[in-house]
Amino acid sequence: MYAFDIERPTSVADAAAALGDEDAQALGGGQTLIPTLKQRLASPSKLVSLADVAEMQGVSLSGRDLKIGGATTHGVVADEAASTYPGLAGLAAQIGDPAVRNRGTIGGSLANNDPSACYPAAALASGATITTNTREIAADDYFQGMFATALEEGEIITSVTFPVPEAANYQKFVQPASRFALVGVFVAKYADGVRVAVTGASNDGVFRWSEAEDALSADFSADALDGMTVSADDMIADLHGSAEYRAHLVAVMTRRAVAAAS
Amino acid sequence: MPKDSGIGAAPKRREDVRFLTGTGQYSDDIKVFGQATAVFARSNVANGVINSIDTSAAEKMPGVLAVFTGADFTEVGGNPAGWLINSRDGEPMKEPKRPVLAHGKVRHVGDAYAAVIAETDQQARDAVEAIEADITELPAIVDMKSALSGSDFVHDEIGTNQCFDWGWIEDNRAATDEAIKGAHHVTTLELVNNRLVPNAMEPRCSMAEYSASRDEYTLHTTSQNPHLTRLLISAFVLGIPENKLTVIAPDVGGGFGSKIYHYGEEALVLAAAKRIGRPVKWTADRTEAFLTDAHGRDHVTKIELALDKEGKFLAFRTETMANVGAYLSNFSTATPTFLHGTLMAGNYTVPLVYVNVKAVFTNTAPVDAYRGAGRPEATYSIERVIDKAAREMGMDPIAMRRKNFIKSDQYPYASAAGLEYDAGNYDALMDKMEEVADVKGFAARRKESEANGMLRGLGVNAYIEACGIAPSNLVGVLGSRVGLYDAATVRVNATGNLSVMVGAHSHGQGHETVFPQVVADMLGIDEAAIDIVHGDTSKIPFGMGTYGSRSLAVCGSAVVRATEKIITKAKKIAAHMLEASDADIELKDGQFSVAGTDKSVSFGEVALKAYIPHEFPLEDIEPGLEETAFYDPANFTYPSGAYCCEVEVDPETGRVRVDRMTAVDDFGNVINPMVVTGQVHGGLGQGIGQALVENTSYDADGQLLSASYMDYTMPRADDLPFYTVDHSQGTPCTHNPLGVKGCGEAGAIGSPPTVVNAVIDALQSGGKNVTHIDMPVTPHRVWSAMQTV
Repeated sequence: MYAFDIERPTSVADAAAALGDEDAQALGGGQTLIPTLKQRLASPSKLVSLADVAEMQGVSLSGRDLKIGGATTHGVVADEAASTYPGLAGLAAQIGDPAVRNRGTIGGSLANNDPSACYPAAALASGATITTNTREIAADDYFQGMFATALEEGEIITSVTFPVPEAANYQKFVQPASRFALVGVFVAKYADGVRVAVTGASNDGVFRWSEAEDALSADFSADALDGMTVSADDMIADLHGSAEYRAHLVAVMTRRAVAAAS
Repeated sequence: MPKDSGIGAAPKRREDVRFLTGTGQYSDDIKVFGQATAVFARSNVANGVINSIDTSAAEKMPGVLAVFTGADFTEVGGNPAGWLINSRDGEPMKEPKRPVLAHGKVRHVGDAYAAVIAETDQQARDAVEAIEADITELPAIVDMKSALSGSDFVHDEIGTNQCFDWGWIEDNRAATDEAIKGAHHVTTLELVNNRLVPNAMEPRCSMAEYSASRDEYTLHTTSQNPHLTRLLISAFVLGIPENKLTVIAPDVGGGFGSKIYHYGEEALVLAAAKRIGRPVKWTADRTEAFLTDAHGRDHVTKIELALDKEGKFLAFRTETMANVGAYLSNFSTATPTFLHGTLMAGNYTVPLVYVNVKAVFTNTAPVDAYRGAGRPEATYSIERVIDKAAREMGMDPIAMRRKNFIKSDQYPYASAAGLEYDAGNYDALMDKMEEVADVKGFAARRKESEANGMLRGLGVNAYIEACGIAPSNLVGVLGSRVGLYDAATVRVNATGNLSVMVGAHSHGQGHETVFPQVVADMLGIDEAAIDIVHGDTSKIPFGMGTYGSRSLAVCGSAVVRATEKIITKAKKIAAHMLEASDADIELKDGQFSVAGTDKSVSFGEVALKAYIPHEFPLEDIEPGLEETAFYDPANFTYPSGAYCCEVEVDPETGRVRVDRMTAVDDFGNVINPMVVTGQVHGGLGQGIGQALVENTSYDADGQLLSASYMDYTMPRADDLPFYTVDHSQGTPCTHNPLGVKGCGEAGAIGSPPTVVNAVIDALQSGGKNVTHIDMPVTPHRVWSAMQTV
């Protein structure tokens, strides 16, 4: 690690101001950033911890919208969304291990947009709205490829709002070492149609499988996906799986998610 | 009746109190006044010429005390190979120098070419970044086959990448070829025994102190064998006289082989401590552990098994390329040869074996012994090809093994690979395994799995290994440059308690609990009165340390011999105290008594008399009660076992789940069954890890792709089933005083072929004619194999 300063603001406004300094870096739960710092792969002048910003904490239901503060940990989502949005809570409960879930935050995960992270699949499949200190961004506009998002420099995810679907499920086939998603598929069924989002698989990061969405919107059953495949073009290939294997798993995990959706 | 103390009892491990309460004392826990930190500059290319290293900026950085490069060590010796292997043509193996710091060339990613000593870790790291190394990258030599045929060399001065080309048993070569040519059936299998990163929980750490006034060095280091480390440093690398160097391996958090060896970092901190006149410590981070700990396995093998029409084995023939990495680690030449080839007859009456091993230098981390060391590679080849042969010939794999087993009345048995097995009963092991694994119930379990859309397979294995390494006379003939005895000193203190100084090192094994059980049993006293001292060359006799499941069989035998000497002398003292003849003194339950009388003295009274020798017959008996014994075994010991594994394979994803794992082992006599069970559990975890998840992957540029836990999969609790472990079928070793064999590596040897055999069986049951998948049998590999048939 290189030396850095740290600030612990208690309001979004103070956090945004602190991030105005050159080379300042927001710190969510630190599950990616801290290991990166330890490896001396990043050298921010200042870390701005978002952990003490009370207005970025917690899970609340308003009508059919579930709002989750940007600094809410996976563990809290797993517990507090369990009755309102079990598909999302189930996803949160599968991230990492208890230590990770008690530190890592939804805002941190979405801001980092690791191509194998779980939350991007839920946000995209749910058509969530990412709220920042300056604006609201629809999930369809937010994810812009591997580690790339619509966020501007210094912009902070203050909350994420999920329209609660009629049924949903997340199926994760783990990369055995990291236990990130080798392929993760989130299926969410709404009155106006079904959304299917895939993480872990593509070189372009999380994506919607529109062909499956169309089939499932017409007939929400695993059988509706029979014979349907995604192209292996642009799929990630690494020592854990080829592009073809990932493409195959997308179809398998989607069928399983539909079968398990509740 | 289970005993509650002594041999055969299962007292809880006394050392676990400190391990589980965070009060162990590991090398990195040792902090002394004035201690400085060493950090290494390591190559980020696999192969490169060092044009220049400019340390001038680094030397001026804050807190920097010294900077070293390879140029500082050109006058000192290299880290030597401990075992000379001669090639088939009689030529000795190639032994390029392994320097303290790379000089002239860097040869693998992580190869250290400079080191900074600074006040703090951060200052040292900053200064390392300020070192300007001009290194011209060369194409990496990674693949063994290309290394053997290419014209670029890891070590230019030897003009080849082949370390040796070894044949065993060379005199059997022609007969083996003939037997294979004329056989009714020959089964061939090409396989990879995958490279493993040892991943001890505690990374390596070395801390050196130097006293100028005494001209003495002390090295605290993560070692499995401190005397060997001292010997290597003294006799070969730095030339520090042995009596001026104390090596202490305090609590050590796992080794699995990787801490047997002497590493350059140990020499560096010693040299640095002398130069700056202050203690110097280096602690590896996890990345350094991945890149520089000696890796394990990494064989590519073609094995052929010739059979007659009844399924009797006629010959095994193998051709193996064994990766030794960029430099010879201390025992890297013994592992693929005498610890591997000599086991290639397995548990079988096969009359002919021929093994050919070519050891290959590559631009990768050095490879050396890792839990099992050569025997897992032998067992894996044998037990995989037998399963394939049984399938090809339409025979039951258990029946085929039984048909070829050495029978219980054939011992001692001279195996076709040159060893003399002293005891065993492989049919009894197989019987027990079939019983406790409920092999009969498998068909019903398979049906149940299939009803859930899963494929179920059952795999078995019969293994033999050689432990208790080793008779010095034998290994000396075979090329070992060291003896392989061990030593113990039993010191009875005046107040009747005991300190037992042993050459074996405990880094998780449980010696501190088990050795006292042996001594207590012999003396008839309370185990709590006995403490084990190990790991400090200034306190213990010269022992050869812990590896090859040798601690109990070799060092434990030395403990027995030393305790026998104690009893002999104590009887003399008791005889004097009781005014009787030594020959009439009996020792029972800690009391020395005159046979046929009620006259007795306690062990404690005798101990006190030994140290307060008033009215003592000094002309016949010296004061004191302390004895040392060195024990050199007459033969290896031969643990064996029958294993069974049941897996479920998800045919959609290729994911393998181990559902049942049964290990029935013959360890001879068992001193502490709980410790033995724990050792088997650990071995099974590592063996299943090798079989299913552990994948050490270098790319074509020699970059280690799996250099962190983000990409290197360790087996975790939810990857493993509850095990069924049985060691009721022991046949005592015939040549050591305890009749013990060794249990530390069995699980890691027996389980990989068992798991892979089970996976193949599952896929076959699903109508997929898959005959082999290389380890680790990952979901991707299983799925890919299913697509191609």
